[in-house]
Order: sequence, then C-alpha cells, then structure tokens
Amino acid sequence: MIKNKTIVTIGGGLAGIETSHLLAEMGYEVLLIEKKAEIGGKILNWDHLFPSFSPAQQLCDDVALKCKSANLKILTNTELVDIKKEKNIFFLQTNHNLSFKADAIVVASGFELFDAKRKEEYGYRIYDNVITNADLEKKFKTEGTIVTPTGDAPKRVAFVHCVGSRDEKVGNHYCSKVCCVTAVKQAIELNQMMPDAVIYCFYMDLRMFGRGYEELYRSAQEKHNIQFIRGRVSEVAEKMDGSLAIKAEDTLAGRPLRMNVDMVVLMSGMEPSQGTSEIGNMLELKRGDDGFLKSAGDFAGRNITNVPGVFLAGTCAGPMTVAETIENARSSALQVHNYFKNLKNEKVRVFHN
Amino acid sequence: MKKFGFSTINSRTIDYQQFDTRLLDKVLQEEPSFARCMSCGGCTATCSAGNLIDFNVRMLGLLIKRGEIEGLATEIDKCMLCGKCILVCPRGINTRHVIMLIKKEMVKLKLEQV
Amino acid sequence: MKIEWFTFPFVAGFIILLVVIIAKFSRWIFQLGQKNRLKIIKNFFSMGTLISVKESFLEGLIHRKVHQKNRLLGYMHMSLAFGWFLLIVVGHLEMGFYKETLNFPFYKAVFFRYFNTSNQQFFFSEGFTFLMDFILLFIISGLSLAYYKRINKKIFGLKRTTKLKLADQLALSALWLIFPFRFLAESFTAGIYHNGGFLTQTAGNLFATFLPLDTLYFSTWLGYSIVLGCFMAALPFSRYMHIPTEILFIFLKNWGITQNEKTDGFTQIEANACSRCGICLDPCQLTLANINHVQTVYTIREFRENRIEDSNLFNCMMCGRCEEACPVGIDIMKLRTNLRIENTKQYDVAYDYLTETSTPKAEVIYFAGCMTHLTPAIKKSMTKIFNHAKVDYWFMDEEKAPCCGKPLMQAGQYEAARQLIASNSKQIIASGAKELIVSCPICYRVFNEDYQLPGVTVKHHSQYLLELINAGKLPVIQQNETMVYHDPCDLGRGSKIYDEPREVLRHYGKLLEMENERENAKCCSGSLSNMKISNAERSIICKDVMDEFISYKPDQLVTACPLCKKTFAAGNKIPVKDIAEVVANSIHVNQKPKEKVHELELDEVLY
Repeated sequence: MIKNKTIVTIGGGLAGIETSHLLAEMGYEVLLIEKKAEIGGKILNWDHLFPSFSPAQQLCDDVALKCKSANLKILTNTELVDIKKEKNIFFLQTNHNLSFKADAIVVASGFELFDAKRKEEYGYRIYDNVITNADLEKKFKTEGTIVTPTGDAPKRVAFVHCVGSRDEKVGNHYCSKVCCVTAVKQAIELNQMMPDAVIYCFYMDLRMFGRGYEELYRSAQEKHNIQFIRGRVSEVAEKMDGSLAIKAEDTLAGRPLRMNVDMVVLMSGMEPSQGTSEIGNMLELKRGDDGFLKSAGDFAGRNITNVPGVFLAGTCAGPMTVAETIENARSSALQVHNYFKNLKNEKVRVFHN
Repeated sequence: MKKFGFSTINSRTIDYQQFDTRLLDKVLQEEPSFARCMSCGGCTATCSAGNLIDFNVRMLGLLIKRGEIEGLATEIDKCMLCGKCILVCPRGINTRHVIMLIKKEMVKLKLEQV
Repeated sequence: MKIEWFTFPFVAGFIILLVVIIAKFSRWIFQLGQKNRLKIIKNFFSMGTLISVKESFLEGLIHRKVHQKNRLLGYMHMSLAFGWFLLIVVGHLEMGFYKETLNFPFYKAVFFRYFNTSNQQFFFSEGFTFLMDFILLFIISGLSLAYYKRINKKIFGLKRTTKLKLADQLALSALWLIFPFRFLAESFTAGIYHNGGFLTQTAGNLFATFLPLDTLYFSTWLGYSIVLGCFMAALPFSRYMHIPTEILFIFLKNWGITQNEKTDGFTQIEANACSRCGICLDPCQLTLANINHVQTVYTIREFRENRIEDSNLFNCMMCGRCEEACPVGIDIMKLRTNLRIENTKQYDVAYDYLTETSTPKAEVIYFAGCMTHLTPAIKKSMTKIFNHAKVDYWFMDEEKAPCCGKPLMQAGQYEAARQLIASNSKQIIASGAKELIVSCPICYRVFNEDYQLPGVTVKHHSQYLLELINAGKLPVIQQNETMVYHDPCDLGRGSKIYDEPREVLRHYGKLLEMENERENAKCCSGSLSNMKISNAERSIICKDVMDEFISYKPDQLVTACPLCKKTFAAGNKIPVKDIAEVVANSIHVNQKPKEKVHELELDEVLY
C-alpha cells in the first residue's frame, strides 16, 4: 500500500515541510517543489513569535532538519506550469521542462502579504517613514536598534491595524486574524528596544482570540505603556521634517484625533499568494469568496478539496497562526494516508458542495 | 468635558424602549448598506467639515441606530457633501447618500409637524 | 366644389393638431418669463434666425447627427422627415401650378390624385408626377427600414431602444400606415384613371389585373384620411410632438435662451423636443450593470409627466456621454442639474463655522482638493514640482479647508454651495495670487465656472505642468514606458481639456491611442453625482473600462483626477498614476545622506 506511492507537495514553507516530512517518515516518496531558492517560507524573515516570544530561528532549524528526511526530495527554484489528472494519477510539468507523476498532491503554497501600496492614503512607498509589519519584523531580526528610514530614533510610533483586511475598498472583506496579536507583540518588542518611545495602536477591534493573547494585551497596557486607540486611521500626511500626521477618530471618546508620529507601522493582512491562485486554477480547486482555497467543510474535512487526491496544508486555505499551520499540516499528512487506505478499499471520498 | 455639540438630548441614558424608528427605517430602505456600519470612525477622521468644527458623522449614524434623532437635523446640516467618507469606509457604505436621505426625511417630518 | 366627406378625419385631425400645438407653445413661451421673451423679440431679425433655419433643415430634416451615429439609422429618420416635408411642399407646388393659384383648400393638395383624375396637363405636370412618386418611394424605403428595425436593431447601431408607452405605440402605428395607404390609394386610382407616375402607375396596372379597383379605391382614400387624422390628433400627445417642438427649440436656443437654475418654459420645450429616439441609451454605462430605467430619455419622460422619482433622478453619474450622443442637442446635464436643484430646494445647511482665517500672500495658490488628500502621491508630486520650479505658492488646503462646493452642486444644493464659494473666494482674493492651480477636475470646473475670481486664472495641474515644461522649468526625461491616458469626465467632456494632458505625457513616455477617448471616453464609475448605485454595480462598470485599457497592453494607466485614480487603483490590474506623478518621477531631489542602506528597494516585495 505505502510502497510505490508518490506525493508531490507544492510549496516549501512551514506547512509544506511539515506534511512532507511526516509523509516521508511514513514511507511515502515525497517530492517537494518550491518556487524560491530557499526552503522555509515566511518564518525565515521573522524574529520572535507570539504568544511567548519564542525565537523563529528554532522553527527554521527544525525545518532545516526535516528537509533531510529520507524519501524526501526537494526541488527549489522550480514552479509548476501544468498539472493534469488521469484516473487517479497526476501528471505535473515544471518550468524547467521536468515531468513528474504523483498519486496525490498537497497544496501548501501559502499566503502573501497585502501590498500596502494599495492603501495609498497611508503613504506606503510615498512617505519614507511608513513601513509595514513585515518591514518591522525584518528590522527586529537584522538590526539591533530601530531607527526610522530617515535615520532617527522614533519617539512616537503608530501601529495601524487592518490594512488590507476587513476593507471593501481593496476587495478583502475577511479578517486576517493574526495581525492584531502581531501588532501587540511588535509594540511590546519595540517598547523593549526603545523604552523612551511611546507606541500607539489604532484598531477597529482587538482580536485576541488565542491562548495567551489577552494576557499579552494586558501586559502591553500594564508593563509597556502601549496606548490603544479605537479608531480607524483615515489618512497619513507627511510634514516637512519627515514626521507623519495621523488623522483618526477616537471613537470611544467620540472626538476626532490628530497626532504627529515619527514612524507608522501598517499591519498588512494576508492574501492568498499568487502561487495559490495559479495552482488553484490549474487543479480547478474551489475557492471561497475571500480567494483562499476551499476545503470540504469547516470541521472534519479541512484538508480535503473538491478534487480527490488533492489536499490542502497551511495558509493557502486561509489565515492561520504558526501553531495552527503546523497542526493543519500534520492533519493533512494523515488525510493523505487515509486517502490511500480508502483507495485500496475502493472507497473514494467525494466532495459535495 | 465638551461633547460634540449635541445639547438637546434630554435623557442621560439611551432608552431602547422609546426607540423612534422612522428615520432608521427610511434610511435602511434606501441605503441597506448602512446596516453594516461598525462605527470604526474612519468617516469622522477624514471628514472635511469635522476638520473645521465639531461634527461627528459616525456618532450621528450611531445615534440614528439608537433612535436618538432629536437635534439631528441641525447637526446634519454641517455636512459639505464632499464625499471623502465614502472613499474611506471599509464596509462600503454610501454615507453621503445616508446624509441626503436624512435631510429628505427631516424635510418631510418638518412638513408633517406644520 | 365638391367637398368629399372622406377628408373630414384628416381635417379634424389637422385642426386638433394646430390648436393643441398653439396652446402648448403659447403656454411654454409664456412660462419663459419676461426676460426671455424680450430676448426673442430682440433677436428675431438676427443671424440667430438664419442659423436656426439652417439647423432646422440639417438636423430636423436631414438628421445629420443621426447619420454620424449610424448611416442606416440616419437614412431611416431622414426619409420620413425630409421625405414627408418634400411631399407636402412639392405637393402644394403641384396643386398650385395645376390651379394656377395658391388659393385653394389645403386638403386638396393632400388628396390631389383623388381630385385630379382627368389627367389634365399643366406646367411641369409630368415632372411633378415623377417627383411625387420618387419622394413616395424614398419614404417607403425608409419605412421598410423602420419595420425591419423592430426585428434587428443591431444593424442600426443600437443595442437598446426606448421602451414606448401605449400612446406612442398607437401614434407609431398610425404613422406607419400613412404612406402604405397613400401608396395604395394613389395606385388604385392610377389603375382606374391612369394618372399615376412610374411607381403608382406600374403598381396600379398590376393591381387592376386581379382587384376590383372601382369598389376599393374610395376605401383606400378614406383609410388614408383616417390614419392621417389619427396621427395628427395623436401627435401633440405623443413623442411626435418633438417634430414641431424641436424646431421651436432650435430657434430659441440660437436666440440665446438657455436653462436657468430652475425649470421653466424652456425646460418644457427641451423636454418635448426629445424624440425618444433612444440614442442616449447605448452610451450610458449603467446599462452594463443592468440599470435600464434611469437613462435620460426616461428622466425626461418623468419630467414631462410631472412625476420625478429620486431613484431615477439621482441614479446618474452625470458623465455626459448621453449629451454627446443626443442628436437634438438637448442640454441634458443642465436639465438634470435643475431637477436636482428643485428636488433639494428645501434642504437646509449650517455653514456658519466657515470663518475668515489669515491668508498668506503668494503668487500661486495650490488647491489640492478633498479627494487628493486620499491619493497623497499626487500632493507629494505637486509639492516636489513646485519646489523644483521655485514657484512662490501657498498650499491652501494643506491642513484644512472647506470643500470647493462642486459636490454640493452635483447633489443639487446650489444655494449651499454659494456659501462655500463665498468663503473660499474671500481667501483666494486676499492672498493676492494670480494663479489658482487645482489637482481635481471637479474643483477645476467649479472654480472656473462658478467662482468670481477677478485677476485670478484657474488652471488644472495638467495645464500648469505643460506651461512649466514649455518654459523649461522641469526636467523632461523620456522613459520607455507605454501608457494610456484616461480623460476624466469633468476635465474632458466637462471642460474640453483634452490636449494639454496628452502633450505633457508625450514628453515622458509613449502614449497609446485608444478608441474610446476624448469625447467618447468612458466614466470611471467613481462619480459622486450618482447617489443610488451600489458598490457592486460600480465595480461592473469599472471593470468594463479597465478591460478596455488592458486590451491595449500599456505599462501604466495615467489619469488626471484623484477620484478616477482611486477608483481604478481598486481594481489592482495595472499601475495607475496621476500626470503629476509621471512628471515628478523625472525630478531627483538631493536628500541628506542616510546612515543605513535603504534596504527597501522600489520593486522588491518582501513577501
């Protein structure tokens, strides 16, 4: 049963590696295809993770170790250009003109961050001192102290939540889930690096849904003097000296608010990556209204798609935390395994929706 | 502590039992997107009139939803109809239309009272 | 002199027609007001009259503008209008030469072939016979096209036609029967009396071989009279009222009468000059979103019937495409605006918070406009440009300023807008500036048309940029980018500024030409004038426009309006830039050296 079954995983991020590693350990032949030059995906650029500030480096090291599994072959700098299905076999073609056969496919092509340039009123790439959550995380990882892009130590920093999420104007109605707790995390880290700076978080709602998140919020207020202001920032303007003027309403106080800050951090949300869209089209996978790939139900079939033999792992199916991604990827490996068991018994699950 | 200029409300509390739904019903009928407002405050933040004087669009929308329409007419009249609020609203509500509907209803109600 | 009773329906119809038209015209001209009536008297013997005669001929009869839309459609309308006109004129001349006097009852000319069965020759009688038949053939050819249009409107260049009311359908039916009946009547008579021409005689001879013409021919004349009478009686109550009204409209227009800020007799005349031809339907982009009840022809109908609906009146983007297409030349934008003004007359405003603030002195004022603050790349580009060109400017609405007032006007609140205009004007004049530069076409229109700013020239920034470029004050660096330029409705059709933006852009890249541009440009769908449309409907319209841009495969889309920019950028298909950005890209400002390497390069998307 297990011998001679090949699985192709599309995407070499956290989810792709986790699923592939588990399946390889189970004895399947796994081929992992990754678009970029390196394996690991987004966590390669992250510094510390919520809720406990665990270093992302640990996860990166784990990933590097898992890559070395027997039965796991990895192709980097490779993209898929065509996938065909005949009976129960998949025929894949890469951009280097290599062809492969697979008995099952795991789609782990992940997410991309919303391009904050699209919210022109926030001034990303127009004003120097407006950066995104990704830019800030990279600064944490590579720089000892934080300075604004114009080279000064910021005295005031404003975090703007929900950039590219919950926003009809950019076509993303959904909530990206993780940005609120990320903002709180980054605010705390910023405060730890620069105790003299005051940090403001402009939110519409604070989605502290996970274990330890609410406590993080409390700690942010109590220990780190983070100021939380409920109000959507409508626009950012630049002053002569490069500092930024924020327009928002303090809805809880019921009055408009004006403030000058030295740096603005935009909490960009998650969008399905281009790879996710392309693979979704190639395999004719169903998509939700939010653009992410759709699974067979909200509870028990979260890794199964409308195409038998194609499975989902990770954020290509929607916003997830790192913990959820790993769990989801593990569940995906199990679903693949069950699929082959049922195939053998000629019980193939069909997706009705 | 100065509120935003709404000085004619009599009761201290929002009384949901005394809910005057006429205005809200009319607005929702013609602009159903108004139901989606989550009071994020983007509209008030960007408001041209709000930049010059006490004028809080979000608050007015909220009060309509709570049935507190006393004094609304005079507040609404400060709007310059510039349309920035529509460009900012994340829920895609045509706030300018809501204001025009309120003005229309106010005229009707005034005529009824005369 | 025999008076045949079969002519009574015709005469009755004709009398009803005359009486009602005179009554309606009198009422409308009375409603024009004293000032306008004086204008009529003053201009009666002026060039305007001659121009009107020419225009009546070219548009009312020949339908020149309809030919420009579609040749077949133009021919169809022309054959009926011009053809019938010729029939009447030539017919009267024929009768005149026959009787050798012009003193005859008019109906005799209409039923000439009935009354003149003796085949008596008179001056040019053969010529007239030929001409009358030829004109009849001309009309019937057009009429067949009209019948065919019911089945296949595509070859006439129309995707949609007006939904007609019952009265219009009855009048239409009567009209369609007039010339067949005339043809039959004249042919049957020719078959008996041999007084026909190349068409009617040939037909008459043919009919004579198998029909009892003696018994039939009177009925055909009776039928002809009845359908003529029905049509004429119905005319002043149907869409065909446009025939006389359009002529009146042309004369009044050329005598200098225009619409004011309220509906009056002239508005009634314009509304009745509408022929319900339906040419305004296809240009209207709302039809793409399945909105088919609000187009101008229907708004004007609601106005005539005195039942304006908000759901129609405010569901219009005021883009002007219908006005461009209207063959009658109705001032549609003004009409809709006036209706909106009347609709919102009773709304109050409270702008006493507009106080005078201290105004700095400057040569040039830059007014970015409300929307530009939400597209800050434009603001930043303009300040960069001003600084580079060393202009002494005051950024009037940098921190806070009232709106220019145009959105209020678009909603109909002219009185309210005047308060904003007064306040802003004071500030502008107090600054002593000679030039007012605006980034938004909506602002441009109101500053140009409705503000009184003596000594101040108002310019849209695309015009100003061209001046700076021509004066050598800005660097011009050709980039190898292809671009398409979108004409904003208020800058293009609204202000007729088509060339300056294009000239600016040609300095910086390769400008591709499109089919639907300039007067034919489409609206971005972001219009503030439309208060009723939903976001989903706007997206459909926007997508159609974007797809057209993309079909030219440009590197970028350039526009000159912040609202257009915001609307197109939401589609996220190709980069959208404002003209100011394209120009400012060539300016490299020396910045203070940064300690850190700026690792965020322009095209690198981190994730």
